[in-house]
Amino acid sequence: MSTASGAADKTIKIATQSPLSGDQSVVGVDIKRGAELALEQLGGPLADMGFKIELAPYDDQANPDTGVANAKRIVADPAILAIVGHYNSGVQIPSSEVYHASGLANVSPANTNPKVTTRGYLEVSRIVGRDDVQGVVGADFAASQGVKTVFVVHDKTAYGQGIAEFFKQRAEEIGLKVLGFEGTEEKANFDALLSPVVAGNPDVVYFGGMAFQAAVLFKQARERGYEGMFLSDDGFDSSDAAKIAGAALTSGAGTYYSTVSGPASVYEGTAKFIEDFKAKFNADPQPFAAQGYDSMAICLKAIENAAKEANNDVPTREAVAKAVRALKDFQGITGTFTFNEIGDPEKALYFVIQVKSPDPAKWSENVVVKTLEIAPPK
Amino acid sequence: MKGIQRYVNVTEIVRPIGHLLAFSVGSAALMSAIVIVLALILDRTVVGADLMDRYNVSLYTYTMINLPQVVIDGLTIGFVYAAIALGYTMVYGVLEFINFAHSEIFAVGAFVGVELLIALDATGVLAGATLGMAYAYLIMALLAGMLAAGGLAMAVERVAYRPLRGASRLVPLISAIGVSFLLQDLIRLVESLTTGQFNRIMPTFGNFDQRIILGKLNMGASNITLGISIKSIIVIAAAVLMLVALNYLVNATRIGKAMRAVAQDRGTASLMGINVNRIISITFLVGGLLGGAAGVLFALKFTRIDPFVGFFPGLKAFTAAVLGGIGNLTGALLGGLVLGMLETFAGSFMGVFTMGAAGSEYKDIFAFSILILVLIFRPQGLMGKHVGQKA
Repeated sequence: MSTASGAADKTIKIATQSPLSGDQSVVGVDIKRGAELALEQLGGPLADMGFKIELAPYDDQANPDTGVANAKRIVADPAILAIVGHYNSGVQIPSSEVYHASGLANVSPANTNPKVTTRGYLEVSRIVGRDDVQGVVGADFAASQGVKTVFVVHDKTAYGQGIAEFFKQRAEEIGLKVLGFEGTEEKANFDALLSPVVAGNPDVVYFGGMAFQAAVLFKQARERGYEGMFLSDDGFDSSDAAKIAGAALTSGAGTYYSTVSGPASVYEGTAKFIEDFKAKFNADPQPFAAQGYDSMAICLKAIENAAKEANNDVPTREAVAKAVRALKDFQGITGTFTFNEIGDPEKALYFVIQVKSPDPAKWSENVVVKTLEIAPPK
Repeated sequence: MKGIQRYVNVTEIVRPIGHLLAFSVGSAALMSAIVIVLALILDRTVVGADLMDRYNVSLYTYTMINLPQVVIDGLTIGFVYAAIALGYTMVYGVLEFINFAHSEIFAVGAFVGVELLIALDATGVLAGATLGMAYAYLIMALLAGMLAAGGLAMAVERVAYRPLRGASRLVPLISAIGVSFLLQDLIRLVESLTTGQFNRIMPTFGNFDQRIILGKLNMGASNITLGISIKSIIVIAAAVLMLVALNYLVNATRIGKAMRAVAQDRGTASLMGINVNRIISITFLVGGLLGGAAGVLFALKFTRIDPFVGFFPGLKAFTAAVLGGIGNLTGALLGGLVLGMLETFAGSFMGVFTMGAAGSEYKDIFAFSILILVLIFRPQGLMGKHVGQKA
């Protein structure tokens, strides 16, 4: 692959940032794996142009401080021209301030908080929907199930609290009674929090946040005799939820979650991806793995376009960021992407999914009960 | 005279149970009285009206109906704190130094116990276990967690504290904090080696998750069931057993006598032919055994553990130990119970009493406010006696 000008000059790196260790690594590792697969399969055109392309995976540990520290290391490496990440909005928002300052393109496979794009940074784009729509989808779904009362709990992060607030707002608009709205950072002992929940016996307990907390809360609620429905968000979409809560998810009125990322199998273009993923990593792809693949594909295509404009030389970061936004009808495996002026996809898919089995190995068999295609709010 | 009291008596086995009953009933009655009075006062104000709107019951009725379950929850978490606090108190009683690494010793116990059960679960024996066997496996996990934690505590003492025996008090404290961080990262490293993931889930087996229904209460449109899960009963029973055994060890055996002697005066004790280092090692072993057992019980009760799982319970248990009078075994128990109760009461009722302005997320404020208040107004703790500077 080396050329006359020397391989070192023509090396391009694309970074990923996602939680590779800790509570949320189940999903975070697969975002990286999805990106890795895309780099292998779609790196051809850039390699033909004489570039050596490399993946630079970073572990943000789902922690804003770590994400920002990594971001500083990333922008300091001139070979890095784009970033796939993050998983958590609470990490993406501060980290992308660093990317913005140095003009580095960031394509997000999973971040749903409105602020990710509403800051209007040229460098930041995402390929999934937004919480101000997702919260509405959740509340509307609850109402469609004949629900009258809800109790809302969130994890006090930018993501969890954000979506819980949109859910609550919509629930009140459409006439559901909100019995309570509580934030918690607790990971183990939800007894105290559950007292007012069980006392109100709401038809739905909504949790805005991640699976590792939600599942413990749901399990303890069932233990205290709560029989109503559980509803959560795309943070709940991890087989860890079933590992923690098991049968508590399928008993009573069951468990549902809204998400911006359906199981890989619901998308038309993902059959080959699932096959290749299984062959390479010997496991089913977790949620957002396919989005990791698509985000990487977008970065590669944008770098290719920018490099062509630069006469087959290494493009500038600014050119890459512009090239991402300029893509029209980019054909990914989870959809066709065109970005609007702030970096949201012009139309995004939203799903409501029902948990079907308490067995974590069967998480990918959860059933999509509702699919919506909605444009981002103006 | 230091915290560990100096009476040898057979009633030592029965006495702590009496204390326990008195403390449980006393703290429950006190907290209940506070919330009932608050409920009566607030019932006529806007809070009562808000509650009528949401739940269709008056604030007073709401409080009375929820009270029994809150007491049960508070006692359960109180016993967990008490079990951890016993470890802090043991070490403090003998060495007059706070072993901040106790939180991680607790976490190691939890991980060893849970890993053993996960390994057993993988072989399939847990799924098909009879009730008797399920309890046998749980006891195995408890023993494994206890032994690992006990061994670790001894090792930590040998490596990080003994070489600093003669140094000023601040030095081993700093060393303890260092060990605490080191252990956290070691657990992270070891647990992420194979799976890249360091949180672990307690397998579900036996009848531990089953809830015994004690009664049903009607409140407005909803029914509230009052109950206690089998695992809560196990937690409470184990904590009581631990306290009784510890009291017996300290107050009615030769080793206990030696411990008390070392606690009183290390120099004189060694002149009397007591091997001080050996006694201190045993103290750490016992503290570790208790911490490890508390770790496994915590995992059983709350399902999920990670390498930082020890931090908050450890801090609360430390607060409990200080509240009860650090160095005093009965005090640790009282402190744990009071703290568990206070936290659960605050968490359960604050949201309703403030109309959602401050919810259960603020429950920890109470625990740590107590720590500050005790340190200011009664530094020797509720059960402790004031002591002069140790020579």
